[in-house]
Amino acid sequence: MSISLEEILSISHLARLHIDEEQAGQYAADLSKILAWVQQMNQVDTRGVVPMAHPLDVVQRLREDEVTETDQREKFQTVAPRTDRGLYLVPKVIE
Amino acid sequence: MTAWEAVIGLEIHVQLDTRSKIFSAASTAFGAEPNTQACAVDLGLPGVLPVLNLEAVRMAIMFGLAIDATIAQRSVFARKNYFYPDLPKGYQISQYELPIVERGRLEITLENEVQKVIGITRAHLEEDAGKSLHEEFEDFTAVDLNRAGTPLIEVVSEPDMRSAKEAILYMKKIHSIVRYLGISDGNMQEGSFRCDANVSMRPAGEDAYGTRTEIKNLNSFRFVERAIDFEIERQIGVLEDGGEVVQETRLYDAGTGETRSMRSKEEANDYRYFPDPDLLPVVIAQDMVDAIRAQLPELPWEKASRLSTEYGLKGHDAETLAMSRELAEYFERTAKHTDADAKLAVNWITGELSAALNQDHLEITESPVSSTMLAGLLNRIEDGTISGKIAKDVFRSMWTGEGDADSIIESRGLRQITDDSELETLVDQVLQDNPKQVEQFRSGKDKVFGFFVGQVMKQSGGKANPKQVNDLLRKKLG
Repeated sequence: MSISLEEILSISHLARLHIDEEQAGQYAADLSKILAWVQQMNQVDTRGVVPMAHPLDVVQRLREDEVTETDQREKFQTVAPRTDRGLYLVPKVIE
Repeated sequence: MTAWEAVIGLEIHVQLDTRSKIFSAASTAFGAEPNTQACAVDLGLPGVLPVLNLEAVRMAIMFGLAIDATIAQRSVFARKNYFYPDLPKGYQISQYELPIVERGRLEITLENEVQKVIGITRAHLEEDAGKSLHEEFEDFTAVDLNRAGTPLIEVVSEPDMRSAKEAILYMKKIHSIVRYLGISDGNMQEGSFRCDANVSMRPAGEDAYGTRTEIKNLNSFRFVERAIDFEIERQIGVLEDGGEVVQETRLYDAGTGETRSMRSKEEANDYRYFPDPDLLPVVIAQDMVDAIRAQLPELPWEKASRLSTEYGLKGHDAETLAMSRELAEYFERTAKHTDADAKLAVNWITGELSAALNQDHLEITESPVSSTMLAGLLNRIEDGTISGKIAKDVFRSMWTGEGDADSIIESRGLRQITDDSELETLVDQVLQDNPKQVEQFRSGKDKVFGFFVGQVMKQSGGKANPKQVNDLLRKKLG
């Protein structure tokens, strides 16, 4: 299984990673090798094996529905680049 | 000319009425100051871990049981990746391959009383995003993350609906279920109950689906109906002009009643789901499901069927009442306090009372006329003290706080005239005053009869007993 240059560029765009054309070729080659290596798994008969969703063989613990968090807006907003009247401000996003 | 068939599926997002968020212990209360209910987990700060809320899981199971679905013994949370300012982590925690609820079904009653089954593919748990405000600031988008992390179930239907009307019936039924279960307030203005509609067209009789569009931003039943109807017409237009429908997301504009293209779906749709390593698989014991099933309240269709048997109501009336738990309860309280026919009670509740509530934008629970007061009014109609027409005036007076039915009837002298001699005087007077009409009636013009009835009623100030007036007139003119 190989991964194309177009796929690399599309994935990097979705992940908001800047990759130039030259690097993209290298990534395509490297990722294709990784995929090929993982591909070996396809030779194993996995019928009857439950897909693993987590490496730990334990189940999720659930939390009682209680509000214990207090308002820490002031503190959180000291690290925000820009705020106004309690709102976080980010560069304009237009739909 | 091709006959087209619409194929519609709905995705309904229901905010669950938990106290705290799905993965954090911050409050979910609506309307707080911006970002005062957004904790480190909701902000996606480094190092935080989600911890699943038991109540959200219980509510999802309740919903699943109500729609006769399979509750997954093991379900998994996944990350849905996309970038948007109201999603600080860069992914939404949702469920993908193994949702908690699968393969449910719901019956809707069409206008012709035919029952139709709508399949429900799945209902999964996920977190809500925050809110982006684009209008408040010139050069910035403002973000309020109070809503981020509010628990949702996303209910995905099969593409089983064929018209906007069917879609609304289905949506209203889901709405009534979540309200009955008490798992959501269902408030559409506040965004607790939101709907996206998938619409495609195909030539009638064809099995293959056409290309679909997804309409977003539908926050009222009326908008869903209008948006779907608009989209159906738009797609037929495109197809009949020989064009092709483009798969895309469209936004409904309530101002113009139109849908417009939002963004091409291909790119945005590549969410690269994968199991969230921060959350372990959720395993639900059969004991828990059984316990929840034992505690399920009476559901809308169960209530409708009981109302119909207990009170002898027609299917349609029983269903209208049972649509809302509060309305049905109001009816039952009214019925308890009156000997009047249940059908009369239904007519007043779904007619006069509902109209007055709508006009004043009130919920049934806020009605100034209580069920006991309405019962009192119905008793006076039943025993012949007042006519149905006068009863409407009495109702208006009760509505504006003038007291109960008996005191209004007494203080305003509205008691129906049933005394024969008193009525006879009125009838004689009317006949004497209108010799021309009497002549016409005697020469065979039957329609004039109504005129006499009207005149007598008018002279009595609406208080004459109409049946007695009829009888007297027949006798006198006979």
